[in-house]
Amino acid sequence: MSTAKQPVLELRNLSVSLPPGGDRPFAVEQVNLRVAAKEILCIVGESGSGKSMVAHAIMGLLPEPHVKVAAGEALLNGENLFTMSRTRQRQVRGVGMGMIFQEPMTALNPLMRVGEQIEEALRLHSDLDGRGRRARVLELLADVGLPNPEDLRRSYPFRLSGGQRQRVMIAIALALEPDLLIADEPTTALDVTTQKQILDLIRKVQAEKGMGVIFITHDFGVVAEIADSVAVMQHGRCVEYARAEQVLNRPEHTYTRELIAAVPHYIEHREDFVREGTALLKADSVRKVFQVGGGFLRRGRELIAADNVSLTIHPGETVGVVGESGSGKSTLGRCIVGLHKADGGRIVFQGTDLVGLSRKAFRPFRKDVQMVFQDPYASLNPRYRVADIISQGPIAFGTPRKKAHERARELLELVGLDASVARRFPHEFSGGQRQRISIARALALDPKLLIADEPVSALDVSVQTQVLDLLDDIRYQLGLAMLFITHDLRVAAQVCDTIAVMQTGRIVELGTCRDVFSNPTHSYTRTLLDAIPGQQWEIPADLRHLRGERARRPREVSR
Amino acid sequence: MNRDFWNAFASNRGALVGLAILVVVVLMAIFADVLYPRSPWSMVTAPFQPPLSDDVLLGSDTLGRDIAAGVVHGSRVSLLIGLISSLVALFIGVTLGALAGYFGGWVDDAIMRFTELFQTIPNFVLAVVLVAIFTPSIYSLVAAIAIVSWPPLARLARGEFLSLRSREFVLAAVTTGQSTPRIILREILPNSLSPIIVAASLTVATAILLESALSFLGLGDPNMMSWGYQIGAARTVLRQAWWMSFFPGIAILITVLAINLVGEGLNDALNPKLARKGRGR
Repeated sequence: MSTAKQPVLELRNLSVSLPPGGDRPFAVEQVNLRVAAKEILCIVGESGSGKSMVAHAIMGLLPEPHVKVAAGEALLNGENLFTMSRTRQRQVRGVGMGMIFQEPMTALNPLMRVGEQIEEALRLHSDLDGRGRRARVLELLADVGLPNPEDLRRSYPFRLSGGQRQRVMIAIALALEPDLLIADEPTTALDVTTQKQILDLIRKVQAEKGMGVIFITHDFGVVAEIADSVAVMQHGRCVEYARAEQVLNRPEHTYTRELIAAVPHYIEHREDFVREGTALLKADSVRKVFQVGGGFLRRGRELIAADNVSLTIHPGETVGVVGESGSGKSTLGRCIVGLHKADGGRIVFQGTDLVGLSRKAFRPFRKDVQMVFQDPYASLNPRYRVADIISQGPIAFGTPRKKAHERARELLELVGLDASVARRFPHEFSGGQRQRISIARALALDPKLLIADEPVSALDVSVQTQVLDLLDDIRYQLGLAMLFITHDLRVAAQVCDTIAVMQTGRIVELGTCRDVFSNPTHSYTRTLLDAIPGQQWEIPADLRHLRGERARRPREVSR
Repeated sequence: MNRDFWNAFASNRGALVGLAILVVVVLMAIFADVLYPRSPWSMVTAPFQPPLSDDVLLGSDTLGRDIAAGVVHGSRVSLLIGLISSLVALFIGVTLGALAGYFGGWVDDAIMRFTELFQTIPNFVLAVVLVAIFTPSIYSLVAAIAIVSWPPLARLARGEFLSLRSREFVLAAVTTGQSTPRIILREILPNSLSPIIVAASLTVATAILLESALSFLGLGDPNMMSWGYQIGAARTVLRQAWWMSFFPGIAILITVLAINLVGEGLNDALNPKLARKGRGR
């Protein structure tokens, strides 16, 4: 940390104030950080910790006047960014610093060609002529590993995938060879294999150009992958700031320890699941095709979302379906729960084929198969009280209202909430609490099979662990079978007995959790496993046992 | 509605002014018989009396009828037709839009082509034809105005339903075995209501204008005094007696303006952005 030479960026007592009436007066309080050339500083924290605010303050992107720098200095090569003139700020922003944003899908102007967007910075801040700029654009596109720079330069952003767009964003940030690169969760919206490529790219260009990098993330795996030093933020304060090696292996602050303990990781598993009796659900070459586009008297393009998918779920078993976006994992879940109608194959639930059942004939099975959704903010109707939301299913199936509400209160306690919250509305709860309500709703019908579609991907790591533990507890207590859909292998490793890996609509590997992790047979599975960030890092032993104990607990109540 | 809603509405000054004017107009309609007990059709004084004459505050028309009495009684017709035809249009529009948006596919195609059929014919012409066919009466006016005003509401409702249909709370309702009518009425409709209420409030203003225009052409209910009729009757003497068309005209202007202001205030207060911030309602 103590480099002799002057740091590229130094933050001294940075405080960012929030408008009065919020839940805290400062978004960022008294933060001191330094980034030297060739150093990658990771700022880690959960949502609301103020980590993005630090980056926005440095870049001058705060939504002033509501949120503004209240105190402190940000010295870029010794020059204070907060006191310099507007003109100078603009110069510095282009030449001295570059920024990459989280959402590559919206960070590019959809109406401008890729080349023009990269050229823009060059036109403003360099004295290259048209030909020189074009050559530089091509060079940059090649630098960030994009194929066919010449074609790409003339394409519009919509033709690029998320990973390619993020590469273009990096090219824009690098255009003027800045001394400092700020990356605000640049890989959060990307698939894990793409994430790996982008991380590699950032590390490569950083080493080549000798830049300082501030990398903001919530994922300790990513930190372990790239960080030289780490700052952990909580409620706007920097609670721990040290070399990466020290924070990762010998964390001191309680909060850091909690965060690291919550990092999902493969745990030496509880004993293997023993399949007994007949399968609860047997999916046999399920196929689902979507019509994309098309309309009145016109057929659209066909998109095969699931093709020849077969798997079985036994009572008490948790089957994980893992895959990247577009692999058809959610489609499979929705076909089973009856939200989509499969176009082919059979989904046999306790002896009855659900495919081809009419809406009316399907209805009795709704009780048995329930779903927990991904986004806790969208899955609860904002206009109803919690009790009504939870008891909607039983009431629809004829339970008297009063009894259903009593049951709702019991379920709230089962999922770790107070029974008294039944009278409140969803907007009064945090994301994790909402997800608990969502789980309670799914349990209200006493299902035999629970489909959990990315139930934790919208949650912070520490909350994620709690919800995962809850799901795990509940399935033991109630002897539930579960289909757990996730994009994150580490999360799947924690709760699943069996894992199915999906790629472009097909299951490419199906096996026990242990086998898939220790002995993957398909190359795609290996790619996925390789792409998990921070593999060389072992979570410190004293933090592992917290979760290890949970996992090794015997299956007591399994029916 | 709750307090937050009222505060947001009241923070828009124009909306408060609009609401105040609207209240005055409504009071005027309710107490028309108290303010002017005699029929607005009866001739009370000499024709062509200018405003501020002895017994007629706003002057008299070509037959010696009291303009002020006409304006006060006319508010009844305007408000009645404006409200009822908007409610009917709202009912038709939301029903069709909801069905189209929820079911999608060929139902959507069929309903939307039907809607476009109405949208391709100019509103006013269609209204004139309908009233002419069914003979002018308050019922045919309401029907004609409702029939020409529902398509935009249907489109709006369809859009809302289309986007809400795939929201997870609606999917959750499906998986918990709710019936389709229940999902449409209890899950989606309450969440799509805000923009629809705003649009409907503006439909009231258009309906009042349509009614006036029809009455102006002599297609109003012959038994009911209305602002449009007053202007229509006075159009031949516009240059000799400006007041005969001026005051009913002002009445239309102010009422329509007030409704628009209130509509805008509703829009601010029910702004879906608030819901997006996680406020919920």
